[in-house]
Amino acid sequence: MISIRNLSLSIHGSQILRDVDLEIAPGQVVGLVGESGSGKSMTALALMDLLPRGAKVAGEMDIDGAPLPHGDDKAMCALRGNRMSMIFQEPMSALNPVKTIGEQVAETLIIHGQAARAGAMEIAAQKLTRVGLPQDKFPLDRYPHELSGGQRQRVCIALAVALHPDLLIADEPTTALDVTTQAQILDLLKELVAEAQMGLLLITHDLAVVAGMADHVAVMKSGEIVEQGPTEALFRGMAHPYTRALFNASKHHPERTDKVTDAPLLQVTEAVRDYALPRTSLFGPAPKFRAVGGVSFTLKKGESLGLVGESGCGKSTLTRAILGLEPLQGGEILLNGQPVTPKMAPKRRAGLQVVFQDPYGSFNPRWTVERLVAEPFHLTGRPDDWRNRVRAVLDDVGLDADTMHRYPHEFSGGQRQRIAIARALILEPELLVLDEAVSALDVSVRAQILDLLADLQARRGLAYLFISHDLGVVRGITDRVLVMRAGEIVEQGDTRDVFSAPQHPYTNSLIGAAPVIPSAWQEAQDGQFMV
Amino acid sequence: MLRYILIRALSLGLSLVVASWVIFAMIEVVPGDPASFMLGLNAQPDTVAALRAELGLNGSFLTRYLGWIGGMLSGDFGTSYTYRVAVSELVLERVQVSLPLALYALILSTLIAVPVGMIAASRRGGMADFGIMGATQLGVAVPNFWFAMLLVLVFAIQLRWFSAGGFPGWDAGLFAGFKALTLPAIALALPQASILARIMRSSLLETLHQDYIRTARAKGLSMGQATRRHALRNALIPVLTIIGLQFSFLLAGAIIIENVFFLPGLGRLIFQAITQRDLVVVESVVMLLVFAVILVTFLVDITYALVDPRLRRRA
Amino acid sequence: MSRLPPQLWVGAGLSALFLTAALLSFLWTPYDVEVLNIASKLRPPSVEFWLGTDHFGRDMLSMLMVGARTSIAVAVIAVGIGICIGVPLGLAAAARRGSWLDELIMRGNDLIFAFPSLVIAILITATFGPSATNAILAIGIFNIPVFARVARGGAMSIWTLDFIMAARVSGKSITRISAEHILPNIANLLIVQGTIQFSLGILAEAGLSYVGLGAQPPTPSWGRMLADAQTMIYTTPRLAITPGLAIVMMVLGLNLMGDGLRDLLDPRIRRTRA
Repeated sequence: MISIRNLSLSIHGSQILRDVDLEIAPGQVVGLVGESGSGKSMTALALMDLLPRGAKVAGEMDIDGAPLPHGDDKAMCALRGNRMSMIFQEPMSALNPVKTIGEQVAETLIIHGQAARAGAMEIAAQKLTRVGLPQDKFPLDRYPHELSGGQRQRVCIALAVALHPDLLIADEPTTALDVTTQAQILDLLKELVAEAQMGLLLITHDLAVVAGMADHVAVMKSGEIVEQGPTEALFRGMAHPYTRALFNASKHHPERTDKVTDAPLLQVTEAVRDYALPRTSLFGPAPKFRAVGGVSFTLKKGESLGLVGESGCGKSTLTRAILGLEPLQGGEILLNGQPVTPKMAPKRRAGLQVVFQDPYGSFNPRWTVERLVAEPFHLTGRPDDWRNRVRAVLDDVGLDADTMHRYPHEFSGGQRQRIAIARALILEPELLVLDEAVSALDVSVRAQILDLLADLQARRGLAYLFISHDLGVVRGITDRVLVMRAGEIVEQGDTRDVFSAPQHPYTNSLIGAAPVIPSAWQEAQDGQFMV
Repeated sequence: MLRYILIRALSLGLSLVVASWVIFAMIEVVPGDPASFMLGLNAQPDTVAALRAELGLNGSFLTRYLGWIGGMLSGDFGTSYTYRVAVSELVLERVQVSLPLALYALILSTLIAVPVGMIAASRRGGMADFGIMGATQLGVAVPNFWFAMLLVLVFAIQLRWFSAGGFPGWDAGLFAGFKALTLPAIALALPQASILARIMRSSLLETLHQDYIRTARAKGLSMGQATRRHALRNALIPVLTIIGLQFSFLLAGAIIIENVFFLPGLGRLIFQAITQRDLVVVESVVMLLVFAVILVTFLVDITYALVDPRLRRRA
Repeated sequence: MSRLPPQLWVGAGLSALFLTAALLSFLWTPYDVEVLNIASKLRPPSVEFWLGTDHFGRDMLSMLMVGARTSIAVAVIAVGIGICIGVPLGLAAAARRGSWLDELIMRGNDLIFAFPSLVIAILITATFGPSATNAILAIGIFNIPVFARVARGGAMSIWTLDFIMAARVSGKSITRISAEHILPNIANLLIVQGTIQFSLGILAEAGLSYVGLGAQPPTPSWGRMLADAQTMIYTTPRLAITPGLAIVMMVLGLNLMGDGLRDLLDPRIRRTRA
């Protein structure tokens, strides 16, 4: 039993956590939910005594009634990895690239004096098999770079649970993973908890993940736990307004008016995109990888079309071809009946603009907002009233005119995304490509941006190509959806039909893997909300 | 792994070929005729003609180039005009001083820099770090040949621990030989060690911020264990590049330092050859130096693959 | 950004001191450095000769001032060569990453790295005879791959960012993107590398003129002064120590300034400080 009482934390004088209370019993899964910057990761690091320099901690933290020896690194080292372990968000960088996975799992045992090298390697093999990496396919001498993200996260789990800890802390363990991989990792964690009667502190931003996993949920906001309780009761009750706001934002469906016409805007016919791979022989031709293999679809004027698929399915490659940045090796892409190629006329290019995912990498940090938003005028020539146009489009996306002379780093993620939308709209294109445009945003900000997009579409009759790995978002904002897998479209149809009755087994597995809050809990909540 | 070595070896060969073109072409653009250039203004026409024949200057550019390369491949580097002996003989004698000196300095520099850089990184912000960073800042700024003079001043003239210069030859015994090379090697090594220590420090600090160090800490490793078992090997990868680059600086530095200590190495040979316009010697020694640098780059590439498993299957 | 890094002040101060001395030497030096005055040879430092005189009776302070001019001129032009040729090459290689052009530029760089500046100087001197121009060329050529690598590395990480994609969607050409978006964002890297190469240039120039491959007499240079002083190190070590200290202080100043600039310009450090 781990208990935290009155935990407060400040780093270099700024308050990060305030009076946090939390208990994790053996065999129990405790979910800690909150938006970015709410202090949930810091709670975990405080428990592990792995806080950054300059941190000041107050409060009590016990393990089975005995206070954790915080500050005594030797005693903490004996506990870490032994009685309490932790896994992190980024499996790609969480393992040492120059050591084999076997060595890294065995190290937990060796460092705690539980086994000599040979014995430790044997146990490591068992543990890796247990987490789904059997020896015949994933021998001990594999290096991390030879594994996928999900497989690496399994290695991290294996080394964390090798000594049957009392507590495992999982900090956003599946956020960097695809939805089907996420489901498998979550299942594995659930099994391990039941098997070893281990406590699990699951930190996540995703209410649905918690709903499916946790016995007990704590909701965190600005360093404080605003509400906690048994999962079902908490979801049914939603006593705190922040919990309710978070919940509503996460399943937010913007109000949309249907303006779909029958005129085709973007026609993709049998599009093929090959990449040259590194040569395997010195003189032979470089082998090719077919990233997009014969994709066809039509996007009508005013329509909102979703494109979903997991990482590596070819959706980014297809996007670059649609934007006319890379050539096709076969088939064609037409915008208003005119071919889209890297060499197309600027005027045609102006009909098609894009908003990207990364709110930090989307802008040249040395340019003012005014210059950034006006950049697409390169295609048409800068009109005399360009400043007024920039002001108007910023107003359209809900930003003041005084933002024009400021720099991107002065804005929050949501505001940056508004600037990116403004830049994409300045030439009044017919088609806007939204490439994971809301994926990096917290749920509450995401809901606002989705509303803005729905509103812009209604007012301007825009067509959207909405590319995302997030099924929930696509469901709320699109009329039709394409499901992509391994370079091919496996299913397409009306969004409602595809989600309620998927035809292709892959679509089915995608929808099945996406975590959901049980509808019975939601009904109770909705009912209460309406009263 | 074998594929990787093969590709590297191929690139090594290619670099050598291109480098030989550059060197040969440079010597070819000597204003006027190389033979009369070497003999000076007052040479008799028949002496010039004789030298032309001796140097094989009567063929076309290509035949002369092929002759030069072919000769070097079979160990014949031509004959020195001033010394009247085979260049290969001269070079072989001088390499016995320059190469041990450069290697001695390289080893010293690495042995000093790696632990010093580690100490600075692990005591980051402390007094030890402050002191080391200050000393290396100074070390980087000191020209090695001037440092060499100071060493002579202190250890040879004042303290009389070492002789101020000269080389007794390896026949005088290994100890006497290394003793004569010690001051030059220190003069070469300390400025280089300063650079290397700073790189070691920043590389280790950067590695210590990686996610896998956090994983190791969460596993129960102390900071020291995490550094030794996980950070060190990763931090050495960029350090290796610099060690490789330093070899070429040390070799060049050795040539200059030899002047301070009157060591009969390649440096003395090449500067005498320049003043005496002995182009055959210049050409060969330069080619040899470039060959050494390219070879070391190759060895560093191979070591990379041994340290970093990600390189073994790629490439 | 409330305070500038302290090493920036110290470094900039030292560098400014030498730069002023070098510029001043065009207009005025305490004594004429090309006039030999055996009568006042080997004078110790005094009110008359602040840093003493050498074996030809030349004023050491005046020699150092003119020597600073030579050193700085060689290093500045050599850095200029490196930037003007290396940076465009690096930008082009990054823009066409993985293409034959990239491959050609990078292999060319590797090849130049195999010729340390001393070796280049030897080759040039062997053919054209020694001069300060040789030193500039030799150091400058060696600077090209340095700047090409820094520019390519910095540019490649920026090419992956979304704002570059946005610029391409706005129809901008690779050259235009390199000039408008890439170059301003790698300027910090180039400035810091520039000060490093500047200080290395000072060291290299001293080394080359020490072995007689750089500036020729009667032009005073710090390396030449050291070479002359070497024969008298038993009797008058002061002659070797003074120019050496000048080199050390100049290079130290430049390095401190480079470190300070890096701290000042590095957005990562700035963010943590804020």
